[in-house]
Amino acid sequence: MMRVGVVVSHIRPEEKLLISAFQARGIEPDILLDREIIFDLTARAEQPAPSGVPWSAYDLIMERSVSTSRGLYTLAVLGSWGLNAINRYETAATCADKLRTTIALTRAGVPQPRALTAFDPDSAVQAIETLGYPAVLKPVTGSWGRLLARVHDRDSAEAIIEHRQTLGDYNHHTYYVQEYVAKPGRDIRAFVVGTRTICAIYRDSPHWITNTARGGRASNCPVTAELDDLCQRAAQAVGGGILAIDVLEDPERGLLVNEVNHTMEFRNSSAPTGVDIAAEVVEYALSAVRVMA
Amino acid sequence: MSTSTCPECAANVAIPANAMQHELIPCPDCGTELEIVSLNPVVLELAPEVEEDWGE
Repeated sequence: MMRVGVVVSHIRPEEKLLISAFQARGIEPDILLDREIIFDLTARAEQPAPSGVPWSAYDLIMERSVSTSRGLYTLAVLGSWGLNAINRYETAATCADKLRTTIALTRAGVPQPRALTAFDPDSAVQAIETLGYPAVLKPVTGSWGRLLARVHDRDSAEAIIEHRQTLGDYNHHTYYVQEYVAKPGRDIRAFVVGTRTICAIYRDSPHWITNTARGGRASNCPVTAELDDLCQRAAQAVGGGILAIDVLEDPERGLLVNEVNHTMEFRNSSAPTGVDIAAEVVEYALSAVRVMA
Repeated sequence: MSTSTCPECAANVAIPANAMQHELIPCPDCGTELEIVSLNPVVLELAPEVEEDWGE
């Protein structure tokens, strides 16, 4: 019997769907709460997981922490032990950092909005004005559309930067500025599992931030050859695995990759696409175990 | 389906038959996000506050 662990902060609809998908294949995964993990970093994988089972006994560990830092460090440790953990640490670390994602996409020649980085408030204003107003200021780490700012003029640029400089920790003093793309009231979220783009949704919203966590409405988006090719290239650029690719439709340049997510949420996406995303993810993860065996 | 009490507003909270330990559910009255920390017996606690690094 294959032994599977799922690392979680708590059970969200996605984890529930994934657990059900494992159960449908006759596997009862152990739920490993990240809040209960204690890693002895100087020892090996024979030490117990929160379940009491040695980490080394798991054939597969799926990382699903809602906490990015907990998930990343867990993957770092499990990866150092050579365990089969999904996604790989290197992929997760690249995706968790917008700056590093942009670098990876650039190296792979994947089309994306222009992005600049600066480390000083005055330089940040210069970076914004290099791109022109409006521009988008993003934290290098973060999700669900939090703390994004569409900056329309120098007054707002200076105000936002002063707030970040004064109220934010050092992470907020790395200024990542992205060109604003005049998308048509929606963006695309495509789901890549291994080497396949299994489905995609449009996220429509009257707000410029279209995350479904912020109220964006999901509907099916056909996976065209162009979208598939772009998403495959983006996925490979960050190391591959189970990924959600956010794509913008630029009126002139076509499809641009905006972000890549390594612990994707999909509760609103199976119904409009008709694709059992959890089943696809589990099948891919188990096939990876079979390849390693 | 069993019920429990919201630790925030004392409302009755229905626990679905397929509920899982550590699952998040909202209180139907006050909307507070709750965590099912135990199923037998059912114990609800306030879910952890969203932290800055939470997300996808």
